[in-house]
Amino acid sequence: MSDMQYFPRAALAGLIEAIRDAGYRVIGPREETGQGGLVYREIDGVEDLPQGLHDRQEPGRYRLEKTGSPRYFAWVNTASAIKSFVYAPREKLWRAVRKEGRMHFEAVERDAGKTAILGVRACDLAALDLQDAHFLRGKFVDPYYQARREKLLLVAVNCSHAAATCFCASTGDGPEVVGGYDILLDELEDGYLLRVGSTRGAVIVADLPLEPASTAQREAAWAQLQQARGQQRALPAAPDLARLGEHLESARWTRIADRCLSCGNCTAVCPTCFCHREFEVPALDGKSTEHWRDADSCFNEDHSYIVGEVVRHGTRERYRQWMTHKLFNWVPQYGRIGCTGCGRCTTWCPAGIDFVAEANIILGQAEAPEIDIPRVDGSEAAQ
Amino acid sequence: MTNCYLPWEAEIVERTQETPDIFTWKLRFTDPDVAHSYSFRHGQFNMLYLYGVGEVAISVMSNDGEFLLHTIRAVGRVTKAMMELPLGTHVGVRGPFGSAWPLDQAKGKDVVFVTAGLGCAPVTSSIKHVVSQRADYGRLVIMQSVRHRNEGLWEPQYDAWRELPDTQVLLTASRDKTRWPHWQLGRVSVLLDEAQYDKHNCVVMMCGPDAMMADTARTLVELGVPGEAIHVSLERNMQCAVGHCGHCQLGAHFVCKDGPIFRWPEVAELMRVKGY
Repeated sequence: MSDMQYFPRAALAGLIEAIRDAGYRVIGPREETGQGGLVYREIDGVEDLPQGLHDRQEPGRYRLEKTGSPRYFAWVNTASAIKSFVYAPREKLWRAVRKEGRMHFEAVERDAGKTAILGVRACDLAALDLQDAHFLRGKFVDPYYQARREKLLLVAVNCSHAAATCFCASTGDGPEVVGGYDILLDELEDGYLLRVGSTRGAVIVADLPLEPASTAQREAAWAQLQQARGQQRALPAAPDLARLGEHLESARWTRIADRCLSCGNCTAVCPTCFCHREFEVPALDGKSTEHWRDADSCFNEDHSYIVGEVVRHGTRERYRQWMTHKLFNWVPQYGRIGCTGCGRCTTWCPAGIDFVAEANIILGQAEAPEIDIPRVDGSEAAQ
Repeated sequence: MTNCYLPWEAEIVERTQETPDIFTWKLRFTDPDVAHSYSFRHGQFNMLYLYGVGEVAISVMSNDGEFLLHTIRAVGRVTKAMMELPLGTHVGVRGPFGSAWPLDQAKGKDVVFVTAGLGCAPVTSSIKHVVSQRADYGRLVIMQSVRHRNEGLWEPQYDAWRELPDTQVLLTASRDKTRWPHWQLGRVSVLLDEAQYDKHNCVVMMCGPDAMMADTARTLVELGVPGEAIHVSLERNMQCAVGHCGHCQLGAHFVCKDGPIFRWPEVAELMRVKGY
């Protein structure tokens, strides 16, 4: 939408200030105190950003390392996605009030404040579009999601490298951000390249000390993106994924279930998972009751509960549901797979189950590795 | 913009205890505008809300004028509490949701209903529709299976239907020892031999447990009924009813909005996979 411009690192504080002056609360990546991971949280300024921090990711492992770099966005992705700022993990939908034998229903008016998210990655922007398709573009519109989505300002930052768990290149969602942003940055060693993707974004950057980007700066940004394209993991190609439905009785599901704890971590960190359960919170005086929803997981036993029966009764069935939904059943539902290659499900799996590797194994694209399953029977403690 | 999660208020104006654990509510929307604008297609369902407890998906039995009829079996947390509610209690209603029985497509053809257990409730409105428009349809065959005869609902109604021209009403009890007049012993499959209808020009509508419907559908296909002519109504965990909460998924289908009524070929392969 706009030409590429440049501003020095010192002016990043000015960008955050300009966003705030436009009435937005600013969410950015910051180190979760004492947790050793990056999350999106409200930030006061550049001092809250993870300067010089790099994330090392592997199946079942996430570690932050100090690099001494002046960069603020030298990490790949955060523990939690931006999902929670639009589709809240827990929220009140409506309340019912009982009065003189009658029942009155009151919707919760979602007075969403303007929210800007700084440092959004391509995989998460693509996932946001998938959530939009689910909550906004169907027959029924979710008014709570909609209220927040309309007030969201997205400042994307292109990745400069990939984590070992990344596979966005194979889903076609990254690493380069190509749309869906208000402002897009490439972080260089001494400053930022900036592009504007919306009128709102243009208004915010109007007073920044921008200058046209030089050829050398463009080349440096391009080289970084090339580096981020070099990813170790790749999902099978679309025509192969389209055959996943022929593998519902694969013996591999049982081998996965041997390791899977059915904990639901993968669904909690997944930027596209949308399942939620509804529940009631009645007031103690009995005069009113609130109807809430909170995030649910297809790994929970009661997810598929129907009177007297659980349809997906074991871990094998639940992992199969999770993977085939993401990579196969999402296509007829929303026109594409439900995975954008962020790799969080693999990083945050306590058993280190490698989603991409398993998809390849099930489709016959890779050999199953020998894996030692730890047997915990208490004898270790006795010794 | 309307909020698709928000129920309307309705009053229980009549209740009938059909069997020890099945009851029927006659509901009236308290807002006349809602009552006026509400209309459903046979086979769709409502979300009924019990104050402080939650919602359940229940098929609509009928919508006569300003009244709404729901037949409910007390099996879960919400429905057991609902059975205890006295007349005049106010509840919540959202709906109607989901797909409908193919009553238009069935015109001029033989119509076959196959139900088991409380599966008869979701098709009763359709049977009544076919009876009321009898000339529009070919033969009418109603097959109903229950475990014990005393769990069968509306037997006098079935007796009355039996007297209609070109109509067969076949009943069976799978666990009874006594064989009553008009009743067979065994599952619904024992009725299939007796049923007389044009296998190449019929529409079948089924409601009951997954296994019953899958077995019956496969048998009917073997007998020569085109799969496209067979329709099943599925039950899954439904919480939002608008395709958002994710619980009711079967393969790529959201049962609440793409179903609950499916053409058999849409779900035949999926229902073959245990635990999917």
